[in-house]
Amino acid sequence: MSVVTLTVNDELVSAQAGQSLLAVLKELGLEIPTLCHLEGLSERGGCRLCLVEVEGNNKLLPACVTPVQEGMVVTTHSDRLVKYRRMILELLFAERNHVCAVCVMNGRCELQANAASIGMDHVRYDYLSPDLPMDASHDRFVLDHNRCILCTRCVRVCDEIEGAHVWDVMGRGVNSRIIADLNQPWGTSTSCTNCGKCVQVCPTGALHARGATVAEMEKQHDFLRWILDGREKKQWEHNR
Amino acid sequence: MRRTTLQVHESSAKPAGAPKIRLATAWLGGCSGCHMSFLDLDERLIELAEVAELVYSPIADIKEFPENVDVCLVEGAVANVDHVKLAQEIRARSKVVVSFGDCAVTGNVTSLRNRLGVDDLLNQVYQNGPGSVPRGEGDEVVPRLIERVLPLHQVIQVDAFIPGCPPDPERIWAAVSALLRGEPVVLSADMRRFG
Ligand code: SF4
Ligand code: SF4
Ligand code: SF4
Ligand code: FES
Repeated sequence: MSVVTLTVNDELVSAQAGQSLLAVLKELGLEIPTLCHLEGLSERGGCRLCLVEVEGNNKLLPACVTPVQEGMVVTTHSDRLVKYRRMILELLFAERNHVCAVCVMNGRCELQANAASIGMDHVRYDYLSPDLPMDASHDRFVLDHNRCILCTRCVRVCDEIEGAHVWDVMGRGVNSRIIADLNQPWGTSTSCTNCGKCVQVCPTGALHARGATVAEMEKQHDFLRWILDGREKKQWEHNR
Repeated sequence: MRRTTLQVHESSAKPAGAPKIRLATAWLGGCSGCHMSFLDLDERLIELAEVAELVYSPIADIKEFPENVDVCLVEGAVANVDHVKLAQEIRARSKVVVSFGDCAVTGNVTSLRNRLGVDDLLNQVYQNGPGSVPRGEGDEVVPRLIERVLPLHQVIQVDAFIPGCPPDPERIWAAVSALLRGEPVVLSADMRRFG
């Protein structure tokens, strides 16, 4: 496999051609905030939290969907990046109804954790406070649109790992919604196998177990690694 | 001078040479949980009383927000016309205004009603509920609700933020002790999480 050399934060590093920039940055032990990315799923490049600066390019590039290139000069932490990452988080909080104190994921939420680590101690934008429904029609799970950040991890895991493709995104921009099957109550979906994978990979309180109350929801993504190692490497045993 | 809960401890404190910092705490649209957490500072309240004088607070029964306040911690979101008025007085009379807890910082639980209009809200809770209450519009007895519940910084300029529902005493102490030293409030990542 061919090797490329690039510069990351003033240091020369080598990587395999075809790797994503994010994968290389993670190998280097750099902490890059992410939300839509999840190891084991295809990349979406939707949340824009993993933005980095690449020399010669005026635009900031999302590391998860940027392949490494020979001679690339990358900066992962700067005042400008912190400014934009914080803005993105503030917009996510302003767009729907995030009330951490009464959320099932309080304390374990990836959105909440990213906000704290980047220093987002308040939101400067007007809250849209949209009037959004909850879909509690499923026997085992609930979808709460108030907490959804449209990262599409649920869409991807259901399609790529479970093979059911229950979820899709309907509408545009601020009106986008996650929908089950042909925009029907989740509980009436004929394609859902009740596997719960979407619930486990959802970074926020949007998908959760029925009956979970404040700060009760815990999620696990390890199953992705087990399934993929089995599929790709025929390796079926895991030390849990 | 009015004796407040904090000043009760003064007798046990060393006489301070420097003039005391004029500290206020205020309660807008919140559950008072932030104030409860403040009281959970426990023996640190004694330390606080050595350097600060509590000049206004819901736990001190002082009617008017005083002039020349150094630091004011504000709990709660801005939900009605009285809150707006008090917030403006606080800003005009305080050097440093702190959004104290999630309701002040984000609107939090208090702002859950924002998806309903005020009329809808009052109808659903009162008119269609077990009893009726004065709307307060005519007589101003019950303060009129403003159209949308707002975080404090959307009503007045705010200088520092202490997130948390409620912020635990460690967070409060980290912020308050920085303010008493005249330093900016810089909370560590684990101390600035919402919720
Ligand atoms: S989903 Fe996360 S950020 Fe949103 S309310 Fe729940 S805990 Fe807070
Ligand atoms: S439970 Fe499984 S099959 Fe059903 S929507 Fe979620 S991932 Fe898809
Ligand atoms: S429901 Fe969860 S996983 Fe699906 S898009 Fe919304 S936040 Fe992402
Ligand atoms: S993690 Fe790269 S855009 Fe979301």
